[in-house]
Amino acid sequence: MTEFYLQTPLSQEDVKKLKAGDIVFLSGRVFTARDKAHALIRRQGSPVSLEGAALYHCGPIIQRDSVVSAGPTTSGRMARYTDEILALGVRAIIGKGGLPGEPFLNRAVYLAYPGGCGAAAASQLRIRGVHFQELGMAESIWELEAENLGPMVVAVDSHGRDLYKDVRLSAKAAREAAREI
Amino acid sequence: MITSSRVTEATIRALYRAETSLPPWVLDKIKVGLEKETNPLARSQLQFMLDNVSLAGSRGLPICQDTGIAIFHVQAGRDLILDFNLQEAIAQGVRIATTKIPLRPNAVDPMSRENSRDNTGPGIPDIILDRIEGQSLRITAFPKGAGSENMSLVMMLNPADDPIEFIIDAVRERAANACPPLFLGIGMGGSFDLAARLAKRALLNMHCLQQSAPQFTRKSPQEFSQESSPQGDCSISLSLSAEEMKMQRLEENLMDRLNDLGIGPMGLGGDTTVLGLRIEKALCHTASLPVAINFQCWANRSATEVLL
Repeated sequence: MTEFYLQTPLSQEDVKKLKAGDIVFLSGRVFTARDKAHALIRRQGSPVSLEGAALYHCGPIIQRDSVVSAGPTTSGRMARYTDEILALGVRAIIGKGGLPGEPFLNRAVYLAYPGGCGAAAASQLRIRGVHFQELGMAESIWELEAENLGPMVVAVDSHGRDLYKDVRLSAKAAREAAREI
Repeated sequence: MITSSRVTEATIRALYRAETSLPPWVLDKIKVGLEKETNPLARSQLQFMLDNVSLAGSRGLPICQDTGIAIFHVQAGRDLILDFNLQEAIAQGVRIATTKIPLRPNAVDPMSRENSRDNTGPGIPDIILDRIEGQSLRITAFPKGAGSENMSLVMMLNPADDPIEFIIDAVRERAANACPPLFLGIGMGGSFDLAARLAKRALLNMHCLQQSAPQFTRKSPQEFSQESSPQGDCSISLSLSAEEMKMQRLEENLMDRLNDLGIGPMGLGGDTTVLGLRIEKALCHTASLPVAINFQCWANRSATEVLL
């Protein structure tokens, strides 16, 4: 459980040194995107360069020019887009609940921000811009400046390790063992 | 005199408290979970959740950016005459709270996906209405986030199936996305829709089982609605009936079996997967076995305002 303080844009080396179970605090630009933004990126392309980017599965509450609450949303809903999002250069996807690990192999990490912790995340984020604003508050791409966004758990690393999968498999094994008693 | 504007104001107050703080019994459950948790990563998740609640409370900010879909449990005194549209009075409170707290506009048309922008519209807020003794009006805000609600389900089992085994497998597969540690409301029996309503009521009534001694009697939702105690929906009794004891043991046993799965906070592993579980039962058709599971995330938000 090593702690890392990283800066975006992320390099390949940054990604490579992270191992499942490590803790990350991230500073620099972070882009939010959820269901509708992903669908629109697929149709129109990204309105911003995502080279080395951290993409945050988050639909924040924004009031005037400040972030009020901005915890992670369930990443699973965006699972169908993982491959094409990573192909745009994204090196970290931030969210909760996890994503299938295969697309991350040798190129990116999945960082889990504690779910439901919107107030804490808001205190680590400032607004720098907004894209696809016609999608509404929750669905826009918010360009945010992070200051030590975290603690985030490296839940899927680029070396093939996936904490959620480990937990799922051990839960299944525990279930089968209990049945046999 | 209970007026439309008093209901609107009470709605705003209930929503504000529900969104920016957690009921003490919920916080206690998380703290006990943290004390018992042995996995360091799980401990750090639980500690951060508690820190986040403190921060939200001190700054008056929503605990979670998913401020939920508007659900209210309203208990209206039998002697109360309301000469105004209760649904509209509460909806007005939701609209004001949306800009004032603020809440995220979450309510969209299910087909066009167009956002109503004020968290109200056809069918929303959803008001679960009960009658109670007396003249008071109790308004409980129970905002429900999508992360846990999306994992909820109703299943029409075969009467030959074991509902407990079904529940364990469903929770095993779904818990990680529902922001554990969880509170689970389980509806057992009834019909397709009654099972779902029982599951939601199991969440609404869960706190009745969480208070310290003397122990609380388990009551069916119908019986709860006839209470006139200051609590309104809980009543004290010194002992549980044999049937109630049996249910409580069943719930505790099911909770232990779920926690043995090791899913842990946020599905990252640990001892703390389920913090509360309640089963509400109803009779069902001899050919049916409906079971509903209503998932609730660790941020089990609710707040009640009482108007006299």
